[in-house]
Amino acid sequence: MSRRRVVITGLGPVTAHGVGIDLLWQALCEGRSALAPIRAFDASGFKAASGGELPDSFDVKELVPKSYRKATKVMARDIEIAVGAALTAVKDAGLATRGTDPDNPPTIAPDRFGCHIGAGLIAAELDELTAALSTSRGANGAFDVSHWGEKGMQELTPLWLLKYLPNMLACHVTIIHDCQGPSNTITCNEASSGLSLAESQRVIERGAADACLSGGADSKLNPMAYLRQELAGRFAPCAPDRDATTVIKPFDAAASGTLVGEGGGILVLEAEETAKARGARLHGVLSGTGASQSWCDDTVGLVPDSSGESLADAIQAALRDAGIAPSDIDAVIPYGSGVSFLDGLEANALTRVFGADLAKKPVVTIAPSIGATCAGFGAIAVAVACRALAEQRLPARLNSTSTGALHAAAAPSAPHALRHILVCTPSLGGQNSAAVISKPA
Amino acid sequence: MTTSSNNRRVVVTGMGWITPLGHDVDSVWQRLLRSESGMGPTTRFDARTFPTSFTAEVKNYDMSRFVKDAAVHATAGLNSQFALGAASQAWKQSGLETFGALNRKRVGLYLGAGEGVIDFENYAASNLAGWDAEQKKIDGVRWAEHAHRAMDRMREVEQEPNMPLAHLAREFGVRGPALNCLTACAASTQAIGEAFSLIKRGDADVMLSGGTHTMIHVLGVTGFNRLTALSTSKGDPTKASRPFDATRDGFVMGEGSGMIVLESLEHALARGAKPLAEVAGYGSSADAFRITDIHPEGRGGAASMGQALAQAGIDPLARRADGRAAIDYISAHGTGTKENDSIETRGVKRVFGPNAKDIPMSSIKSMMGHLIAAAGAVEFMTCVLAIRDGMLPPTINYQTPDPDLDLDYVPNTARAAKVDICLSNSFGFGGQNDTLVVKRYA
Repeated sequence: MSRRRVVITGLGPVTAHGVGIDLLWQALCEGRSALAPIRAFDASGFKAASGGELPDSFDVKELVPKSYRKATKVMARDIEIAVGAALTAVKDAGLATRGTDPDNPPTIAPDRFGCHIGAGLIAAELDELTAALSTSRGANGAFDVSHWGEKGMQELTPLWLLKYLPNMLACHVTIIHDCQGPSNTITCNEASSGLSLAESQRVIERGAADACLSGGADSKLNPMAYLRQELAGRFAPCAPDRDATTVIKPFDAAASGTLVGEGGGILVLEAEETAKARGARLHGVLSGTGASQSWCDDTVGLVPDSSGESLADAIQAALRDAGIAPSDIDAVIPYGSGVSFLDGLEANALTRVFGADLAKKPVVTIAPSIGATCAGFGAIAVAVACRALAEQRLPARLNSTSTGALHAAAAPSAPHALRHILVCTPSLGGQNSAAVISKPA
Repeated sequence: MTTSSNNRRVVVTGMGWITPLGHDVDSVWQRLLRSESGMGPTTRFDARTFPTSFTAEVKNYDMSRFVKDAAVHATAGLNSQFALGAASQAWKQSGLETFGALNRKRVGLYLGAGEGVIDFENYAASNLAGWDAEQKKIDGVRWAEHAHRAMDRMREVEQEPNMPLAHLAREFGVRGPALNCLTACAASTQAIGEAFSLIKRGDADVMLSGGTHTMIHVLGVTGFNRLTALSTSKGDPTKASRPFDATRDGFVMGEGSGMIVLESLEHALARGAKPLAEVAGYGSSADAFRITDIHPEGRGGAASMGQALAQAGIDPLARRADGRAAIDYISAHGTGTKENDSIETRGVKRVFGPNAKDIPMSSIKSMMGHLIAAAGAVEFMTCVLAIRDGMLPPTINYQTPDPDLDLDYVPNTARAAKVDICLSNSFGFGGQNDTLVVKRYA
C-alpha cells in the first residue's frame, strides 16, 4: 500500500533578517550576520549581550487581517512571530484562506486544514507583570501576596494568561486562517519545530487533513527566558562592545557557545495529490522524519549523551522513512549552535550515520547568521533546505576554521548538486528530531 | 522489521495515577465510586485573599516510594514528581519492568505535560528589584543582577515543559520517539491519541503516555481567576465544582498525573501481557473561532468526537443489536463552567442525535478537580476502569437541573452498567478539542 506523500508548498521563515525566505536566503548566501546588541532590553548584565533580533520593521499589525488587529494586544512575541510566519507561508503557497482572501472560498476546506506549531516556554512580559506586582509591595518593599490576592491581581488584563500559553500560537493561527482540522503544540525545546513537521506529515499521511500549517516559533529575548538560556549553559561570552557577528563558531575547536536568535518558521505542508491537483508550486518533499530520545546521564538533558547514538537513530529512522540511503544525502543542516557539547553530539551522530563519507557532506550552518533559534529552528532550516534545493546552491558559512572531520568551515556560497538534504537537531531535554527534504521530481 | 501499515491494533497494558484523591489506581477509583471530593483550602501558598482560595491538591505524596533511585530525580519539579509516580505504577502493571527482551529503542514517550512550577518568590523579588518606577519598565541590568543571585539553575531548567519527558526517559531507559504537547486542558488526551497513532504507524511498539501538571501557584491561580474560569463559591470547597448543575460557576483547580502504557496488540500478546482495554479511535480538531469563546454550536468538539467514532468504526446514530446506544459512557470534559457544559452537551447531541439521552455522561472533575494538562489522561483511565468493573463514576454536587442541559449526567451516585465502549472528551483554552474512544479488549 503506497502512502500519501507530503510536499512543501509554502515557506514562511521569520528571522533576524526579516520576514520571508528571500531576505533570509540572500543574507545567508552573502554571508551576512544579523547578530547585534539586543535592543528589546538592556542585556549588558548577562554573559551575552547580543543576539538575533527581528528588525524594527517587523510589525505584527501589518501581518494580520485588519479585523484581527485588536487581538495583537494579547500576543506574546512568540505568537507574533508565528502569526507573521503563517501569513507569509500561506501567501507563498498561493492559498486563499479566511485570513488572506475572506471573500472567496478557501483553497483548503477548513476541516481538512491542520496546524502544528512548536513552541518554547513563553516568558511573561516583565514590564506588564511587574507594573501589576509593584502595586502589591508590603511594608518592607517585598511582594505581599495577601494584597495581590485581594487587589493587585486586578491590575492584570483579564486575558493575561492567554498571552503565554504555548498553544496560543496555534490558536491565533487557526483562527486567522480557519484551520479546523487536527492541531497541536509540541514543546520539546530545539526539537519542537522538527517534531511538529513530522506530526503534520503523519496527520496528512493518515488522511486526517490534506494540508497543515506547520513549524514553530520562539523568542528568548525577554530577561527571564534569556536568563534560562544562560543558566542552561548556552551562551558565548559576548560583551556589548564585541562584534557579535564573529562569535558563533559551529563545530570549531575554539567554539565558545552561542547567541540566541528569535524567530520561527511556518511551512505549508500538503498531500502531494491535492497540491498537484491545484497546480501548486512544490518547494520540496518532506520525504521522511525520525525521532528519538537520548540517554541523559544528568537526567534533565542539559547535556545529553555525547555519543550521538540516539540522534543517529533519529536520522536513520528518517532515512528509512524516506526510503533512501545515507549516500543519497547531499547536505546536512544541523542545529550547529557553537555550544560545544551539542555540536560534539551532532558531529558524533553524523559520523555514525555517514562514516567516511562525512567529509564529503557539506554542513550548512545558519546560527552564525541568525543565532540559535531554539523551538523555531527546524522549520527555518527546512525553509532554507527548500531554497537550496531549488537554487542547487549552498549558502555561505561563517566563522569556523577548524572543524575536524566535518565539512563545516567558513566558505562562500557555491553551486552544489542537491537531491536530498537532512535537517536534524538534539535538544535540551534529550529529544531528537530529523527530517529528509527532497527535491521535487 | 516491523510493519508500517497504519493498521496495528493498540491496547492499554498499564495505568497509574497520582491524584488529589490518592496515589494508586484502585483506591482512588473506589473513592470516585463513593462520590468523594478531593477539594480543600489551598495550602501551597497563602491564597486566603484570592477570589478562589480552594483547590484539589495532591496530599502527602512521596516520589521516592515509586522510583528506583530518587537521587537521580533530586531536582524534579512537582509535575515531574507526579509523572514519575504515575508512570512507575503503569510500567509495573504492564509487566515491562521484568520483560528482559524489551527493545528500548522501540519504546517511545508522548506526554501532554504542563510546565514546571515557577520559582515565584525569587521571580517576583527579581522583578521588583529591577523595576524602574519612574520609567514604568524593567531595568535589565538591575533585574539580571538580582536574578543571577537569587535564581537557581535547576529550578529554572525544570520549568521547561519537556522535563517530565526527560525524567521518565531516564527512569525507564527508553530511547524511542519522544514528544511533549501542551494544548492546555486537552494536552494529555491529545498525547494519548498521538501515541496511539505512532504505534499504529509502526514508529514504536510501546508508548508511555499521559499527562502531568500543577498550576496551583500564585500566577496559575491568578491567571485563571482573571479569566473568571474558577469557581468562587463560598462555603464548603467540596461543593464548589458543580458540572452540569444550573448553579455551576467555574472549575476547581486540581493537580496530578495520569500515565498509561500503550502497546501494539502483537507486542503485548507476544510477551504474554494482559490487555486492559483497546484504544479504538482518536479525533482532534481546532475551533478556529475565538481566543476565549467556544464555538456556540460545539462545532470543534463534535468534529473531534465524529473523527474518533469514525476511526473506531462506530455509527453514533445507530443502535447495537441488543438495543443499546452506540456507546455506553462518555467521560465529559465537564469543567463546571457555564459555557463548557452547555456547549459540550450541545456537541454530544449534535453527534449522537436522539440517542444522546441514553448515553450516561459524567464529570469526575466534580470530585478530583481539573488536572489541566493531565485531566484527559485520568479521565481516559476512568473509562478503562468503567469497562473493567461495569461501574460509572458520578457527577457530584448535581442539585439543580439546568433546563437546557438534559442529558444523563449520572448525578451524585455511581451506577452499575454494562460498559463495553467509552468516549473521553477534552477541550482546551485556545480551541483545541480531542476525543478518544476506548473499548473492551476482545
